Amino acid sequence: MATMRLEIVTAERLVYSEEVSSVVAPGFDGELGILPHHAPLLTLLKPGELRIRKDGQETLMAVTGGFMEVFENKVVVLADAAERDSEIDLARAEEALKRAKERIVARGADLNLEHALSSMRRAEARLKVARRRRGTTAGPTRPG
Amino acid sequence: MPSVRQIRRRIRSVQNTAKITKAMSMIAASKMRRAQEMALRGRPYAERMQALLADLAAQSQDEEDLHPLLRRREIKKAQIVLITPDRGLTGGLNSNINRRAAQLVLEQKAQNISTNVVAVGRKGRDFMARYGQDMRAVFTNLSDRPVLADTTAASRIVIDDYSQGLVDAVYLVYARFVNTTLQRPVVETLLPIVPAKLEAQSAVGYIYEPTGLQVLAQLLPRFAEMQVYHAVLEAIASEQSARMVAMRSATDNANAMVVDLTLEMNKVRQEGITKELLDIVGGAAAVEG
Repeated sequence: MATMRLEIVTAERLVYSEEVSSVVAPGFDGELGILPHHAPLLTLLKPGELRIRKDGQETLMAVTGGFMEVFENKVVVLADAAERDSEIDLARAEEALKRAKERIVARGADLNLEHALSSMRRAEARLKVARRRRGTTAGPTRPG
Repeated sequence: MPSVRQIRRRIRSVQNTAKITKAMSMIAASKMRRAQEMALRGRPYAERMQALLADLAAQSQDEEDLHPLLRRREIKKAQIVLITPDRGLTGGLNSNINRRAAQLVLEQKAQNISTNVVAVGRKGRDFMARYGQDMRAVFTNLSDRPVLADTTAASRIVIDDYSQGLVDAVYLVYARFVNTTLQRPVVETLLPIVPAKLEAQSAVGYIYEPTGLQVLAQLLPRFAEMQVYHAVLEAIASEQSARMVAMRSATDNANAMVVDLTLEMNKVRQEGITKELLDIVGGAAAVEG
């Protein structure tokens, strides 16, 4: 089966680098799926989930915005932050979402609405990915 | 002439100092290795971004709709982002960076360009404050292992100031890590951003989504943020390697001092014994005689 290289990098590290068969990414104008031998593409990403299909298995990652480049059968995601579903701390993400919402509701004098909204969206993206994983595996929740 | 006891006490104190400096040099060595690794791990991101930027910048050549962060204007006011360690015991590193920054300020002044400073690190802040330099912002107590988010507060200020026209150029001053024994203070232009030139045939012709300009508008601030982050990582590697070398030579010096002091102590001790012997021999001769 045709595959393509997927690399997910953040400013801090290389998060992911594998041969995959498809990627679905949260593009600027909605979700977009990339299959091997896609035309060169450069798109903005919104905070959301990245669905990676490799050997018939699906992996979820939360990305918090950035860019995706497709070129010569290679997909490079330049993410502001990227986490695998298993790395996400559910409680912390919930906490962050609550905080962001409170800040927006309170509308303090120093509120930067743009920042607050984007941190809310980031938290939502994380939560969505984390919840979905727990929903499908239905295993015991991780300690800590 | 100090007594044997005084010298022995001195030796012990020097030995203790050597233990401390040795520990410090070992700690610095491990922190340096980590900082180097971090700088290396961030490289793929930086390289891709640089390539994308070059491609995008090649698209729009029109001076009019050039993004503000790319547009050059006449420089009346410049901003200097000075990245220094928070702490000393780094040999000549701190004063070398500060000297380079001071030189830059003077160069600007000679061209009638006023400057303000965004200090990242206590040593640079102290230096600039002492000379009454105009300070825009100060950031201290950065972690040894910063993430991008730790440096965005500083880069936000820089980008905002530039976009609002408060400053017309931004320079980064920090110590570049060349190798373990060499760290070179460098000045880099952070803003306006000068994209690397593309060779004509290497333009890819991407499909941009939503549009090239919008992607560029998102890419440019992130590029500046990343450059600041990278400079901070280099600065940390430089700081730790400078400290490692300084502390190692301090340890060597202390050990050499212990050798000298031990020699001196033995001399004093021997002199004492000789004197006592003379006394005894002299005393015996007097009794016999």
